[in-house]
Amino acid sequence: MEGDFPVESDITGRLAIKFPLLEGKLQITRERRIFADVPSDIFQDVIGFLKNEMGFDHICTITGLDVGEELQFIYHISDKHGIVMNLKLNVPKADPVAGTITPLFNGAVFYERELESMLGAKIKGLPDGRRYPLFDGWPEGQYPLRKDWKPEMLTEALAQKEQAKKQAEGGRS
Amino acid sequence: MSRISIPIGPQHPALKEPAAFTLLLEGEKVAAANVALGYNHRGIEKACEERSYIQDIYLIERVCGICSHSHATCFIQAVEEIAGVQIPVRASYLRTLIAELERVHSHLLWLGVAGHEIGFDTLFMYSWRDREIVMDILAQLTGNRVNYSINTIGGVRRDITALQIDDVLKAVDALEERTKYYIELATQEQTLIGRLINVGRLSLEDALRFDTTGPTARAAGVDRDVRRDDPYASYADLEFSVITDDHADVYGRTLVRVKELMESYKMIRQILKKLPDGPIVAKVPRRIPAGEALSRYEAPRGEDVHYVRANGTEKPERVKVRAPTLANLTAISHMIEGGYLADVPIVIAAIDPCFSCTDRAILLKNSGTGSESVLDWQMLHDYSIDWYRNRGLDFAGKGKV
Repeated sequence: MEGDFPVESDITGRLAIKFPLLEGKLQITRERRIFADVPSDIFQDVIGFLKNEMGFDHICTITGLDVGEELQFIYHISDKHGIVMNLKLNVPKADPVAGTITPLFNGAVFYERELESMLGAKIKGLPDGRRYPLFDGWPEGQYPLRKDWKPEMLTEALAQKEQAKKQAEGGRS
Repeated sequence: MSRISIPIGPQHPALKEPAAFTLLLEGEKVAAANVALGYNHRGIEKACEERSYIQDIYLIERVCGICSHSHATCFIQAVEEIAGVQIPVRASYLRTLIAELERVHSHLLWLGVAGHEIGFDTLFMYSWRDREIVMDILAQLTGNRVNYSINTIGGVRRDITALQIDDVLKAVDALEERTKYYIELATQEQTLIGRLINVGRLSLEDALRFDTTGPTARAAGVDRDVRRDDPYASYADLEFSVITDDHADVYGRTLVRVKELMESYKMIRQILKKLPDGPIVAKVPRRIPAGEALSRYEAPRGEDVHYVRANGTEKPERVKVRAPTLANLTAISHMIEGGYLADVPIVIAAIDPCFSCTDRAILLKNSGTGSESVLDWQMLHDYSIDWYRNRGLDFAGKGKV
């Protein structure tokens, strides 16, 4: 299969030489699509190398997934030839911390905020700002894209909040 | 000079969709701008995980009221890649045809909005009148003006007839004439040029730094277009130019869009000329196997990105959507800062943020008698209930409008 895609194979080859830890973790799924499982301790180096040395200077988006015991973030970055590199980073759900990529990709601010709001990721180094895209009164600790989240949990939390507010008002009068 | 902070939005007459801008003003100039988003969040990604792939096509189509075909196609491409389905060439051409017709309606719509935002309402009325030509063609080809639902997994749901091809070609001729006029207007009309030039500046460097997309990026000289760089549907078979401009302001964004219209007409003519015979839908496995795919699509507003992960069941494990407006909004504060308060509406409009425009009355013409009747919303509602009742489904009383 690798032989069918000379341009893509060249890219995976260069990456595997630079980062021996990526050996066997790179997969060309079709023309212009490469997926990679990146160990967390070399993640920043890999994405930095791809941007600065290999021309992957455009971030399409970041996808966040709940994969059981872990959260998975997929960073989709592309070059001017239309090749998209999909870098997968897994972090434990108990401590879902990842470093920000905004110094490399300024346009990733909203994508990282989305990971925080929707999946409860903690992005280290992301500048303070309003959450996105959930509303201000969204209950703390609820992450709608986690598999155990159900819409009823929101309804319940909001009803409880309303109840507590009414009680507080009743207590004052 | 003292500084005043004013909120614009989330609901504001100058905005066509909810977003909140906090502007710090120094006199008439904007010293700093802050954007807050999320007021239109509807939980569609989560909802996709609860529905089948077929149901998701129709849900995803409703992500956007203007580029509905863009989202549906982008999603379906990912699903087809996971399923290993190669769609027939004719189906791929028809998808591309609807895609370019959609771009035409979207850019004409934008031109009208831009005209309106700068007080040039004649331009608004002209371009929206002309847009009706392409809306009628879309309705004729797909049965609907906005949510065309032409896609299905493995191809398209409706074929095109020779008679319809003639109508599309006639419409394209008419639209091309009008677009030539708009290009003349945009390049010669001094009031228009004066109003738009140097407004909402975004340099090439900043366009790249903020990773903007579509006409917003191309107007700053970023030579990027998914149709050429990462070809999908039948774009690899078509000859077209990627329009860029170096004005790097609202004027540049206007030029890029009107010139892109001409490229779309060129592509539509090629599609209809080359359109091969054959089936319009391929056989698709009953179950989508486990897998993942990333799909990109050049929507009228820029790069649309969908990621789908399948787990082998009838529902997807995860559907991720990144609409182009989100990529462009990161740069909007930068474009507003340093400019005048009065320029804010046109600068925001110039990235062409998305809003829905589907409510309208329908004029029915009886082709036998020639008699016409107008249906209002309630009559249309009753008509749809009767239509289903005659086919054995009773929705009466399930929801009143």
